[in-house]
Amino acid sequence: MNNFEYKQAEDVATAVNLINKQDNTKFLAGGTNLLDLWKYNITNPSGLVDINRIHGLAEIEELPNGGVRLGANFKNADTAYHPIIENKYPLLSKAILAGASAQIRNMASNGGNLLQRTRCYYFYDPDVPCNKRNPGSGCPAKEGYNRIHAILGTSDHCIAVFPSDMCVALAALDALVNVEGPEGKRTIAFANFHRLPADRPDLDNNLEPGELITSIDLPDKGFAQNYSYLKLRDRHSYAFALVSVATALELDGDRIKDARIALGGVAHKPWRSTEAENFLMGKSANEFNFAAAADIILRDAKGYGHNDFKIALAKKAIIRNGLMALNPQSQLPGAKPSA
Amino acid sequence: MKNNKTKLTPEEHRLFGDLMPEELEDVLHSGFNRRHFVKLMGMATAGLLASYALGAEQLFARAVEMEDIPDLIPEAIENGVTVNFKVNSTARNVLVDSRMTLLDTLRERIGLTGSKKGCDHGQCGACTVIVDGQRVLSCLTLAATCQGKSVITIEGLAKDNELNPMQAAFLKHDGFQCGFCTPGQICSAVALMKEAKEGQASFATKNISTDPKSIILSDEEIAERMSGNICRCGAYPNIVAAIKEAQTGENVPQNWLFTD
Repeated sequence: MNNFEYKQAEDVATAVNLINKQDNTKFLAGGTNLLDLWKYNITNPSGLVDINRIHGLAEIEELPNGGVRLGANFKNADTAYHPIIENKYPLLSKAILAGASAQIRNMASNGGNLLQRTRCYYFYDPDVPCNKRNPGSGCPAKEGYNRIHAILGTSDHCIAVFPSDMCVALAALDALVNVEGPEGKRTIAFANFHRLPADRPDLDNNLEPGELITSIDLPDKGFAQNYSYLKLRDRHSYAFALVSVATALELDGDRIKDARIALGGVAHKPWRSTEAENFLMGKSANEFNFAAAADIILRDAKGYGHNDFKIALAKKAIIRNGLMALNPQSQLPGAKPSA
Repeated sequence: MKNNKTKLTPEEHRLFGDLMPEELEDVLHSGFNRRHFVKLMGMATAGLLASYALGAEQLFARAVEMEDIPDLIPEAIENGVTVNFKVNSTARNVLVDSRMTLLDTLRERIGLTGSKKGCDHGQCGACTVIVDGQRVLSCLTLAATCQGKSVITIEGLAKDNELNPMQAAFLKHDGFQCGFCTPGQICSAVALMKEAKEGQASFATKNISTDPKSIILSDEEIAERMSGNICRCGAYPNIVAAIKEAQTGENVPQNWLFTD
């Protein structure tokens, strides 16, 4: 565990400036993943800039366009329990509550949730090669123990998955990520925030160096009537997803007017297929059509041995979650709920 | 170690003189330390303290303040941060290394060893403490970020000699075996009572948009909400029973029985 300098920033400009001046300085928000990685010697910051006291980042506000802005420092738990989110974006509440533990949700920030790193065993073991941790060193997961790994969007260089639950809902809701950096402010569509590994698995997302997430915007459309978040994992609670699905539907009778299906635990980013969503438009919301959509989503899915099961599991999960979204009250928290 | 010599009460003096005469000088000279405490616990377990109840009670009450830990020399720290915060309602001012976690600060600097270091990576919950009313993991919290905050640990839950109802319920229901996860379990469960009272939902809650009102937790809800605290002895059914009793205030039957 290397030594680091600890600094507090009172405003965004100062924080960005402090990061910009020093190599390998990182922003510190909730710290739930950063300190973990630092203790494992996976990340070695020379300095930490504590952004927790920046005024205005820990707020939630309604936007003139009917949407909601979530401050980057607003905590995951506070977000899930906020009346606006519970009532207008219950899919987001559900997804947040599916992740981590109560203690971690109390600590973790919304901005930090987007920046958590993969839990690939090989990434977390500094003694083995990993292209994400040490570019060019290789990927032992492809031939190794890859039960938790990706089936979609993989590359020869990396088959890691992005672990967040919250981000699966944010992807389904078409959120926007507002960032501020040395070059000023910009807004990134959620679908373009995280990236696929390709030949640069060391890059998880499209943030430029020194850019700080300041807030996340949710559009007006919250899909509060028909939504469901299904998370399948090895333990009933407090485990990362093997496969998770966020489904949001807008219905006209039994016809689908708008559909969003985002998958977690299967790729380097929350996975969406516009082709599958477009296929569902105007169709009736039934098992048959959800199965056909699942086939489109999983058409190019590829297993690596231990994770082959994820392809069949994802299909079943997409179907089941589509049906649960028709009646959100029927949502059950896991694979085998108690009576 | 304390600089001033320890003054024992007459009851404490009698206890040491009778039961641990070989330690009396040491106690008077260097203070009541952890080793004495462990010996005393052994005697309590062996039932030897029956006629020394008052002295023993006074000594046990001393236990939490038995060690004064001197401040580090500022020059010895490369990236020192001074933190003013409250621990169990007592104002503390400590100079810490920037890398020091809240857990290490509590245990190694302030001498509160109730919070346990299990995994040190946020996976087990043994280090759970309550910061500004919310349960958090002290192993993933840098002490430097705690400026101005209020921390409650397992040592701060009892009032005078009266246990917190959650502590009493864990005792009654045998909500532990080895006890290592227990301080974290209890801190977590105490904070959970507030969350339930405020009507906060969990992933096991059917309708998360339910009007905010006090939630009486089912077994399934308790399991989901306590999933951040691992008990490798597997005392879960007893922990659930204890939390139910503490929440409802009603008598919950124990999962275990004494046999003849």
